[in-house]
Amino acid sequence: MINSRFFNRSELIGFIALAAILFVILPLSLDVFRLNLVAKYLTYAFVAIGLVLCWGYGGILSLGQGVFFGLGGYCMAMFLKLEASSVENTKIQSTPGIPDFMDWNQITALPLFWQPFHSLTFTIAAIILVPSLFALIIGTAMFKRRVGGTYFAIITQAVAAILTILIVGQQGYTGGINGMTDLRTLKGWDIRPDHAKVILYFVEVVLLFACIGIAQFIRLTKLGRILVAMREQEDRVRFSGYSVANFKIFAFCMAAVFAAIGGAMFALNVGFMSPSFVGIVPSIEMVIYTAVGGRMSIFGAVWGSLLVNFAKTGLSESFPQLWLFGLGALFIAVVLAFPNGLSGIWADYVQPRIDRLLASRKSKPKDGWNSVADGAPAE
Amino acid sequence: MSDEPNKGLQSPLRRKLLMGAAALPLISILPRPSFGAGPATSVVNTTGLAVTDTEVTVGILHSATGTMAISETGSIQAEKLAIEQINAMGGVLGRKIKFIQEDGASDWPTFAEKAKKLLVNDKVAAIMGCWTSASRKAVLPVVEQYNGMLYYPTFYEGLEQSKNVIYTGQEATQQILAGLNWIAKEKGAKSFFFIGSDYIWPRTSNKIARKHVENVLKGKVVGEEYYALGSTQFNSVINKIKLTKPDVIFTDVVGGSNVAFYKQLKAAGVDLSKQALLTISVTEDEIDGIGGENIAGAYACMKYFQSLDNANNKAFVPAFKKLWGEKTVIGDVTQAGYLGPWLWKLTVEKAGSFDVDKIAAASPGVEFKEAPEGYVRIHENHHLWSKTRVGRAKLDGQFELIFETSDLVEPDPFPKGYQ
Repeated sequence: MINSRFFNRSELIGFIALAAILFVILPLSLDVFRLNLVAKYLTYAFVAIGLVLCWGYGGILSLGQGVFFGLGGYCMAMFLKLEASSVENTKIQSTPGIPDFMDWNQITALPLFWQPFHSLTFTIAAIILVPSLFALIIGTAMFKRRVGGTYFAIITQAVAAILTILIVGQQGYTGGINGMTDLRTLKGWDIRPDHAKVILYFVEVVLLFACIGIAQFIRLTKLGRILVAMREQEDRVRFSGYSVANFKIFAFCMAAVFAAIGGAMFALNVGFMSPSFVGIVPSIEMVIYTAVGGRMSIFGAVWGSLLVNFAKTGLSESFPQLWLFGLGALFIAVVLAFPNGLSGIWADYVQPRIDRLLASRKSKPKDGWNSVADGAPAE
Repeated sequence: MSDEPNKGLQSPLRRKLLMGAAALPLISILPRPSFGAGPATSVVNTTGLAVTDTEVTVGILHSATGTMAISETGSIQAEKLAIEQINAMGGVLGRKIKFIQEDGASDWPTFAEKAKKLLVNDKVAAIMGCWTSASRKAVLPVVEQYNGMLYYPTFYEGLEQSKNVIYTGQEATQQILAGLNWIAKEKGAKSFFFIGSDYIWPRTSNKIARKHVENVLKGKVVGEEYYALGSTQFNSVINKIKLTKPDVIFTDVVGGSNVAFYKQLKAAGVDLSKQALLTISVTEDEIDGIGGENIAGAYACMKYFQSLDNANNKAFVPAFKKLWGEKTVIGDVTQAGYLGPWLWKLTVEKAGSFDVDKIAAASPGVEFKEAPEGYVRIHENHHLWSKTRVGRAKLDGQFELIFETSDLVEPDPFPKGYQ
C-alpha cells in the first residue's frame, strides 16, 4: 500500500516541529557561535539521513560513510584552499600561489588534479559525482558478487582506513594529518564573519530539508518498498525478477551523495577539513547518530545527530576529564533500553498518549509512526 | 579599589612592595594575598575581555582525553602550577587568574571549536594551549580571526609566525642544528639515518637536518624513513640500519610508537652505548613509557631536562612534584608550558594592559629570569631565545646533561638555506 499523501499525520507533525525549530527557534535563541555549532552538527544529519535509507530501509550497514563525507568535504576544501592561497596571501612562501602545505612539502607547482578546483561549478559537480562514482565502484564490486551484511560493513571500514592512510601519507597533496586549514572566502565572499555564518546556516538547513524531501520521496515510491522487501527477504525479491544488486547500489550511492553534501557544508561552516572525519571512528560515530535517532526514521536521524553532538559539546565543556565516559554510558543506555532509538521512544511512549488524548475527542486515526509500521530491524 | 591608570608603568617590584605594605596590618588575618588593588578595569581592558576588578580569566586548551592526553597532561599541570604560583604572588595587575579548562580530545577540529568558545563565549584574556602542530594549525585561524593570544608550548617545525601566538617551545633550527654540530664534532659523525613519524614536524625537521648534514657538516644521509602515527612495526627499518651502519641514528618518532621502536631496537641487538642515536622527540615523559633500560645511552637534543642544575629548576621541580605527585616527570614541553602563564603575566605588566594588541606589541624583549631552563627572552618574531642542550638518557629515566650552547640560540622560524 502506497500512501497517497507525502507525509502522514505524525510525519507532518515531525516535519513542522523540525522546520520550526531549525528555521525559527534556534536562530532566534542562540548566539552566532552556538548557531554555527548547530550548523556543524547538522552536517552529520545529512550522513544520518543517507544511513536511514541505506541501512534502516535497505539493510546495508555501511561503516565507511566518513569516506564520502570526507570526499565531499575535501572537494569543497580544495576549492576554498585554492582561493585562500592567492599569490598575495602566500607571499612568504618559497613558491607563492600554492596552498601552504604544498610549500612545506617542497612541491613547487600546483598538481594537475588540483587545477580544475579553481572552478566553483566543477567543484559542486565533483562534490556530487566523485562520491557517487566511488560508491558505484565499491557497490558494483561488492553487491554484484553478493557480498553483504557483516562482510560489507567490514570492507567499508577497510576503505575508510585506506583513504585515511592515503590522505595522511600524501601530505604534499592533501595536507596530511593537519588537513586543510584556514579556509577563508567563497568567490570572494568571506565565510568567517558572523553574518556569513548565519547565511551559511540557513543555506544548510534548506539543503537539509531538500535531502529530507528526497529521502521521503524514495521511501514512498515502489523503490522504497523494494528496499524494505530486500532487507527482509532478499532471495524472494531476487526470485521475483528484481536485480537486487542494482537497488542496493542505488541506495548506497544515494547515501554517499547525502554524506558528501554534508561534508561540503562542513568545510564551509567550520572552515576546516581533516582526515579525522574520514576514518573508522567518525564513520562509526555517524552510524551511532542514526542508531540513537532511530534508524527507520528520517527525522529521527536529524534529532539523533543534533542531540548526540549537543551532548558531546555540553559534557566536554562541563567535565573535561570525564565526558567520554558519560557519552559512552549514554550510548549503551540508549541501545539497551531503546533499540529503536529516539523515534522508538516517541512511537512507544509519546505518540500513544497523544493519540489517546485525541481519541477522547474524535475517533482514533489509523496512521501509526513510520518506524512501527515498518516493523522489526534486519540483521 | 584604587584608580591609578599609570600604575602599570611602575616597576613590578615596587608595586609588589607597595601592595605588601598596604596589606601589612592585615597579614595576620589574611594568609593569602588580597586581590582588587590593581589599576581600573576600564583602563587595562578596553576590548571587553573577561577581566573584572578582582579577576582575569584565561583558557587552558589541551587534550585531557584521547591519544595525546598522555603528552598534554604535563602541559596542563605545568600551566596550572604557574597560575597558582602567580596568584600566590598577588596575581596579574592586582587580579587573580581564573582559568577555564577545555578538552581538545586529541581531535583537531574540536580544538578549533573549543578555542572559539573560549574566545567568543568566555572572552578569555589568553589561551595556554595546543600541543601537536595539527591542533595549532586548526586553532591558528580562530585566534587570528577573534584576536586572541595563544601561548604554544611544543617544539615545532617553524615556518610560522603570528601576532597572536607566542611560541614557548623551540622551532626546528633552534632545536636541531646545535645538536647536529655537537654530535658531528664530538663523535666525528659523517653518516646519518633519519627515522620519523609521518607528519609535518618530523618531515620538516628532517629536511632541515638533511640540509645541515649535507651542506654544512659535509656528511651523508644514508636513509630516511617515515612511519604512520601510532605505528608499532619498526623491524624493517632496524634491519636497514644494521645494513647501512650509520654513525648516527637521528629520530623524530613521536608518541606511543617510541615504545615499540626502542624495544625493537634493543631486541635487534643495537647497543645504544656503542651506536650513537640522537632523538629530538623523546623527553622524560616518553621514557616513562619506553622504560629507561630500553633507551639508556641515547642522546636527546632539546632545551630542558628535569635534571638541569640551576637554582630556578631546583625550585621548580619540587614545587611541581608537591602539587602533582612525587612520581611525575617533567619533560621539555612541560617546562615550556610552565613558561606560558609567566610570560603572559610579565607581558601584561610591561604593557600595563590586558588588551591583546598591546600584549602582542609588548611581547618582544620580555624576559623571564626565573625560567626553569635558565633564562628566556621573547624575540621580535614571538619565539623564544633559549639555549639548546644535549642530554644522555640514563637507566633511571632521567637525562644527564652532556652539552649546552654557551649563548642563547636565536629562533629563526623561516630559515634561509633550509627551506
